Amino acid sequence: MSRHRVKNVGYDDDDFEDDDGYDSPDPEEQEFLQQCTAAVLGQLRAGQPSVTATTEEVQEALWHYYNDIEKTVNYLRGKKEKELKKQSTPAVQKPKVQAGLPVPGFPAPLPAEAHFSAADFFRDCPWLNVPAHRKTEILVEPLYPRLGLLGGAPESGGKMSKLAALAAARKKKEGEKAAAAVPEGPSTSQPARTEGSTIKPSGTPLSLSERLAASKLSKASETNGGLRRLSKPGASASLPARQQPAPETSKPPPPSLPEPTKQEEPEKEPEQQQPTSNIRASPSTFASVILGNATGPTMAEPSHLNSNNVDLLQIYGQDHAEPFDFAAPSPDDVVMNAQSTAKGFKSKPAASKAAKGQADLAGGMKDLSVEEKVTVKSKNLDVLAEYNKSTRKKSANFVVIGHVDAGKSTLMGRLLADQGAIDQRTLDKYRKEAEKIGKGSFALAWVMDQGSEERARGVTIDIATNKFETETTAFTIVDAPGHRDFVPNMIAGASQADFAVLVVDSSVGKFESGLKGQTKEHALLVRSMGVQKIIVAVNKMDTVQWNTERFQEIEQQISAFLTTAGFQPKNISFVPCSGVLGDNITRRSADPKSSWYTGRTLLEELETSEPYTHALDKPLRMTIGDVFRGGVQNPISISGRLDAGSLQMGDQILTMPSGETALIRSVEVDGEPSDWAVAGQNVVLNLANIDPIHLRSGDVVCRASAPIKTVTSFTAKVLAFEHLMPMQVDVHRGRLHVPGRISKLVASLDKTSGLALKKRPKIVAPGTVARVVVEIDQAVPLEAPTRIVLRAGGTTVAAGLLE
Amino acid sequence: MRLIKNTIEHNGSGAVTLCPEEPEDMWHAYNLIRPGDLLRASAIRRVTTVQDTGSTSSARVHLNLLIKVKSLDFDPQSSQLHVSGQITNETAHTKIGQFHTLDLELNRNFTLEKDVGADGEGVGWDSVAVEQLKDAVDEGGKRRAEAVAVVMQEGLAHICFIGQFQTILKQKVEMSVPRKRQGGGDHDKGMGKFFRVTLETLLRQMDFNTSLTSGANNEAVRPVLLASPGFVASGFHKYIQSEAATTTPGLKRLLPSIVVVHSASGYLNSLSEVLQSPAVKTLLADTKYARETKLMDDFLYQLRKETNKATYGPREVESAVDQGAVGRGGGVLIMSNRLFRSQDVAERKRWVSLVDRVRDVEGGEVRVLSSDHESGKRLEGLGGIAALLTFPVVEEDLDSEDDSADAD
Repeated sequence: MSRHRVKNVGYDDDDFEDDDGYDSPDPEEQEFLQQCTAAVLGQLRAGQPSVTATTEEVQEALWHYYNDIEKTVNYLRGKKEKELKKQSTPAVQKPKVQAGLPVPGFPAPLPAEAHFSAADFFRDCPWLNVPAHRKTEILVEPLYPRLGLLGGAPESGGKMSKLAALAAARKKKEGEKAAAAVPEGPSTSQPARTEGSTIKPSGTPLSLSERLAASKLSKASETNGGLRRLSKPGASASLPARQQPAPETSKPPPPSLPEPTKQEEPEKEPEQQQPTSNIRASPSTFASVILGNATGPTMAEPSHLNSNNVDLLQIYGQDHAEPFDFAAPSPDDVVMNAQSTAKGFKSKPAASKAAKGQADLAGGMKDLSVEEKVTVKSKNLDVLAEYNKSTRKKSANFVVIGHVDAGKSTLMGRLLADQGAIDQRTLDKYRKEAEKIGKGSFALAWVMDQGSEERARGVTIDIATNKFETETTAFTIVDAPGHRDFVPNMIAGASQADFAVLVVDSSVGKFESGLKGQTKEHALLVRSMGVQKIIVAVNKMDTVQWNTERFQEIEQQISAFLTTAGFQPKNISFVPCSGVLGDNITRRSADPKSSWYTGRTLLEELETSEPYTHALDKPLRMTIGDVFRGGVQNPISISGRLDAGSLQMGDQILTMPSGETALIRSVEVDGEPSDWAVAGQNVVLNLANIDPIHLRSGDVVCRASAPIKTVTSFTAKVLAFEHLMPMQVDVHRGRLHVPGRISKLVASLDKTSGLALKKRPKIVAPGTVARVVVEIDQAVPLEAPTRIVLRAGGTTVAAGLLE
Repeated sequence: MRLIKNTIEHNGSGAVTLCPEEPEDMWHAYNLIRPGDLLRASAIRRVTTVQDTGSTSSARVHLNLLIKVKSLDFDPQSSQLHVSGQITNETAHTKIGQFHTLDLELNRNFTLEKDVGADGEGVGWDSVAVEQLKDAVDEGGKRRAEAVAVVMQEGLAHICFIGQFQTILKQKVEMSVPRKRQGGGDHDKGMGKFFRVTLETLLRQMDFNTSLTSGANNEAVRPVLLASPGFVASGFHKYIQSEAATTTPGLKRLLPSIVVVHSASGYLNSLSEVLQSPAVKTLLADTKYARETKLMDDFLYQLRKETNKATYGPREVESAVDQGAVGRGGGVLIMSNRLFRSQDVAERKRWVSLVDRVRDVEGGEVRVLSSDHESGKRLEGLGGIAALLTFPVVEEDLDSEDDSADAD
């Protein structure tokens, strides 16, 4: 099998090269050819006897003259003039040509004469590229007496020539078909030579030879006869009139090469018309070179000499014009060539395409690897322009935070249910299942808590994103876990948020414990992560009978705390509500006890959010939130929020710190397929050409042109929540969570001016701002300015900005 | 480690013969042996002899070599100690001055000789070295208490062995577990896979034989601490239980020794919280590392509460000692044993003299923490040395601190 392969490849290569040489897929060449053609046509038209020639003719001629415009023009003019003359006085032409033309002999048949065999003659000659001087030598040969050859032809040779002739006949037929468009009669004269050699004249010589060899090879002769019979009709059908190429005898001594070229020109129609003429020339030559004797004898016949006519002369001229060497395109190629030229330039691209395909194949073999490379064509969109064009609703991401069991998930479940993002059927199903395990009140939370562990334990573990739309805004909810163990997950969620909804439990005791716990920590975290606006949902108001005083107390405490945390009072708003009942979420509470509240509902409050701007024109940055298998179609998918920049389908991305590249196979924005995505959007990228081991949540996606640097140590300006000293800390940035240590306390800083108060403090007290150096064991992608959170022992010790 | 023979002179020179019995003894040997010491141990050396005819033959010969230590190489993962130096005794196969690297082996005696030197240029058996020797020699063999801790979080598990003097991270299991998604069951599947890999790794590291019929059944199983934030550890515990109940009954032997505790994260720096948890404390009683961890916590508490009554960093502690703040009545000098491992003789002498001064002159307490424990790592972060002071020491002026910063 492999042998087959090898062979095939070899042939293919040959073909390919041939194509290269003659089909001129090279666009430059093509262009040059065009220019030449134009020039020639121009000159022809401008010349003395203005003549016209078809582009094909011109190009053919150009090809033969190696793009020599002058010669081509001469030749074409001569030819056309001749044509014209011929049309007017065809009779006159004949004698003229005959007399005046020192037609170069047909080379091949000659060497076969008595003197020496073809093999002898070509002994020291390369098979291809017969040198010019050789050609002339060949031309000399005809002077030798021919008649002696008659009997000299070996039987076998004759037979072979017949075969060759048969083949030639077939080809000729084909050629004629191809040439049918061209009404030039004489063109067909050429094959006549070969045909004649086997057919008409063969009648006698063959029988003669038969007679000579009868004793040895009667059978062979029979076959000969069969062949002859076969070929005869074909030949006669095509051109019975064409006689033998005997004229050699009448030829004057060999003309020098340039001469014939000039002389040919006038009578050179056939050559011009179609490359099919080439076919005839080449095969016959080929055959005759091998078995020169076959044609020899026929030529020698005086009758043929007599029958010499214009056509024959033309044949010779033609033969000479055809460079008689095998450097010329092979017959098959010529046919192909002819066909392609006949079709015109349309076919050229096809040829070049084929060549290209082959190149691709070769390249493909080189690139072949076990891994299957996927290529996705980029649409090369101007993403920012597309973004500006698109008319989207304003979108907002918000994170829901608060102490554990404040009712965050339930509140969001209620919001989604009331907004119709969740259908009643699903909700009923949840309710039924939740009641089954004795957690009926958690049914709404199950909308967000999809994990089996979360449902069984009734606590949110990881962030959940969901979306719903109002008339004005498309919201994305990020429901964060309240449990202190899952603060890292909450940090990941908060890093995706534009603003926050802080849910506090208004029931007695719960609010107080929450304020000490994650209510406080979460609020500080979202603030230190850059969130400006916060909506406080005072939840479970139904459990305190919508007590106004309770609400006011909570409002007071929380707003005092939030103000110290750095939220501006105008960015803080309070909504008393009940998640389980749905009061003041999307609709006003029907409870008469809550009538004192006339402010906005939670949904209305959400809609007051202003659109947020994102760094669209910055280099691409996206922290991977999750790596998962998106399905059979998308074996590797990542999700996250674009922090900066934009991307589109087909983009090459770089993931850090692994430094691996991947291809974006497709993009989903908020669950909808899209061609592109910009900063601020929650996306799912389906990747290709990367191994999932290189992808971890917390890694950063960027572009190879603007990669994010990985660091093992950084300086940060942080606000201390706890005492800071050189200590081990966990560094958080979005999903990124790595162990590290504060290696140096550089200085404690003034909160407002940022000036160093004390260099190298021994310890940094809570509430002060300090500049610290953090070392990390492994290199992580971090770049200034980015917001980081430092935690130790399960508590947040500091948060700040990377410098 | 067993002490075979002790010939330490009063002036600090002399030799001891020791027999390491368990992997952790290599760590002790690593702390005892210093460059410049003489070490005698059995060795296998390939000796190549050249005949007169020029032909060579090589043979492996057992030798008892005495080398002058040049450098040490300790691999904590496999507890292997390689000591290289120049041979100082002549044998039939080696010449004096040739280099050799001794690989200390378990249950093979070695003799360590330290010399003070005529002019006291050597260190000899100083107080710290003697203390370390005492620590190293485990007379009753009762110090075997050891625990395996698996500190984990979603997709990440650190399997480490907690010894008396070392906490060795044996293996880290890291796996990308898909997060919970809308309608995706990948998370549970991923967690199942994560648990499976972690259990396999744990059993492999523990050399735990899960077949019921094996003779190792009677062997005591070390306590296994499963620690994580949230429910990962308990989920893992449940997974082991279900495995024991279904596929691998051999695991049932492991179940009684499993303790599930809480940790703040899946990284090793939350190990202190694990060791502090009541469940672990009762399990491991009064072990050295538990004491060390407590000491560090006390120090950090003091530092937070009364900043001036605690200090850290080489310069600060030295100056506090100079002021007499580390003395009777609560002064504690806490040092990492890394400082004594210094290649520089002067450096070691500096710390040894500080230790001697606090203990003997000032009357304070000196605690040398193992740098290979979690508490020692915390101490390392503070510069390897810290002190609880008897009275508040006012901080020095900024200039000198800047100097120390530069010195760092």
